[in-house]
Amino acid sequence: MSAVLEVKDLQIAFGGVKAVDGLSFDVHAKQIVAVIGPNGAGKTSAFNCITGFYKPTAGSVLLNGNAITGKRPADIAAAGVSRTFQNLRLFPDLTVLDNVRAGMHLYGGQSWADAIFHTPRFKRSEAWYTEEAHRWLDFVGYTGPRGVPIRNLAYGQQKQVEIARALARKSDLLLLDEPAAGLNYSEKQRLLELCNRIRELGTAIVLIEHDMGLVMEVSERVVVMNFGKEIAEGTPAQVKANPAVIEAYLGRDEDEEVPHGDA
Amino acid sequence: MTENVDTTLAPKRVRPPSNWLSRLFESKQLGWIALALAVAIPFINATPYVLNVLTTAAIFVLLASGLNIVVGYCGLLDLGYIAFMAVGAYTAGIVSKAFELPLLFTVPVVLVMTILAGLIIGAPTLRLRSDYLAIVTLGFGEITRITANNLAITGGPSGIFGIPGILKIGDFDFQQPAVFYFVTVFVVAGMVLAAARLGKSRLGRAWRFVREDEDAAEAMGIHTYKVKLLAYIFGAIWGGIGGVLFAGHFSAVAPQSFIFLQSALVLMAVVLGGMGNTRGVVLGALVISLLPELLRDLAEYRYLAFGILLVIVMVFRPQGFWPARGYEPERVPTGDKEPAVAGGTK
Repeated sequence: MSAVLEVKDLQIAFGGVKAVDGLSFDVHAKQIVAVIGPNGAGKTSAFNCITGFYKPTAGSVLLNGNAITGKRPADIAAAGVSRTFQNLRLFPDLTVLDNVRAGMHLYGGQSWADAIFHTPRFKRSEAWYTEEAHRWLDFVGYTGPRGVPIRNLAYGQQKQVEIARALARKSDLLLLDEPAAGLNYSEKQRLLELCNRIRELGTAIVLIEHDMGLVMEVSERVVVMNFGKEIAEGTPAQVKANPAVIEAYLGRDEDEEVPHGDA
Repeated sequence: MTENVDTTLAPKRVRPPSNWLSRLFESKQLGWIALALAVAIPFINATPYVLNVLTTAAIFVLLASGLNIVVGYCGLLDLGYIAFMAVGAYTAGIVSKAFELPLLFTVPVVLVMTILAGLIIGAPTLRLRSDYLAIVTLGFGEITRITANNLAITGGPSGIFGIPGILKIGDFDFQQPAVFYFVTVFVVAGMVLAAARLGKSRLGRAWRFVREDEDAAEAMGIHTYKVKLLAYIFGAIWGGIGGVLFAGHFSAVAPQSFIFLQSALVLMAVVLGGMGNTRGVVLGALVISLLPELLRDLAEYRYLAFGILLVIVMVFRPQGFWPARGYEPERVPTGDKEPAVAGGTK
């Protein structure tokens, strides 16, 4: 079975600092892979390399077997990668629905001429955009208002909308950068359950997360990074027992409650 | 969101404040009312002065709605917008004089030239943001004017005059002031409507996504450089058509019509009216172009009064008269089938 995402020996350096130094991992369809590690370990840099926001200095990234290394973010997104951001990157003045519509942008179905002349095709396309946006908001279990600018909403709701936006892209691979940060317990439970439902859609997920409870429960494989290097990879149980991981990240007394270094 | 306070509030926020003024502003018929008014005025008062002022105002409305695409929708601050009008006006003037053509037939050439101008200013500045972009566009505006001032083909400082009329069929001359006014009003109305519709389309959303957060837009697969170029191109077309009307209206084109102040005034109309909202921008353009005329009684103090009024407006309505409001209906009445995929998840 071929992998959805193959990251091979990924490297990126900023000046002399090697933010990511030889990261390799595979993600298969319907798999959930967690990337963990202390702050500054290079997790988000790795995400940015995969999604094209940074140009890796070496290594390759393959999506469904095709190289996407160093392409423009928009091309990578079009190839089938969508993501959320660590510190919410929504469109603050636009409505919740418009934010989700952004994810559906590539499914177009209308040209500017259709828009100017309000052709039937334009009306169909707009109706589809709205319906589909509602559907994705329902999917993530969003119950807040939908026609208001998103900056007025609570943080947890904004996080849900960001995931809905990424899902609306209908990509093969979804990268979630700290989806649980700032969520309360019940919201985390819902996130966990959402991850499982996303997997049912056939989407592979890579998530960066500090909440070890969530990581252990949801992910099939865990990649551990420290100082840009990959120090371990395996099932949650293997990683949890790995001395190097305990040393670098989990803490010596192997507590489920991990010392929180939030972003 | 365990405690859904917002949900209960939501229905109230759908159609916020509704006094008679905002109801009028929101009404679908407003465009028709405005068009009817614009058409009716010459039947009440058709002195050359009134027609001149109104035609100029209509052209100004067109420019503002074009700049609104660039600045309001896409968030690209353009301080040299009048250059696109200059390109349109000069192209129309030169072509129609050289080939003895009515201005109307120069429109295809004008479109090509303004699109080129849009690409020339757009392509190199795609990576620039806000202040840097403003400086470059300012430079572009000045370069265009100074070039026009120095080339032989553009007639140097004295410009081009004796430009043929817009169209003549048999004995009927569309160049008569009243007829030309109506032509202008209908062209402008059509273009304003088109700009508004573009704003509420897939492309219009893409412009807003780019304005709000370029990286997030990229991550959604939106080619931000294409989207920005399209904003420039559409803005340029609106400016170019404005240029054709300008050339027709004055039957002369000269560099001093395209000074920086003009760009600033168009931008002021957009900001004053409410960036991103076509209706607001039209209102802003009418205020900016008509207010100095209404203040004529104040003689040399009129620009002082004008300035003070603008400052007062910006103090009390910093978002403009009529800012774009990010509200839309909560639910489409048709698609209310409960969570299709998310069935029993609660």
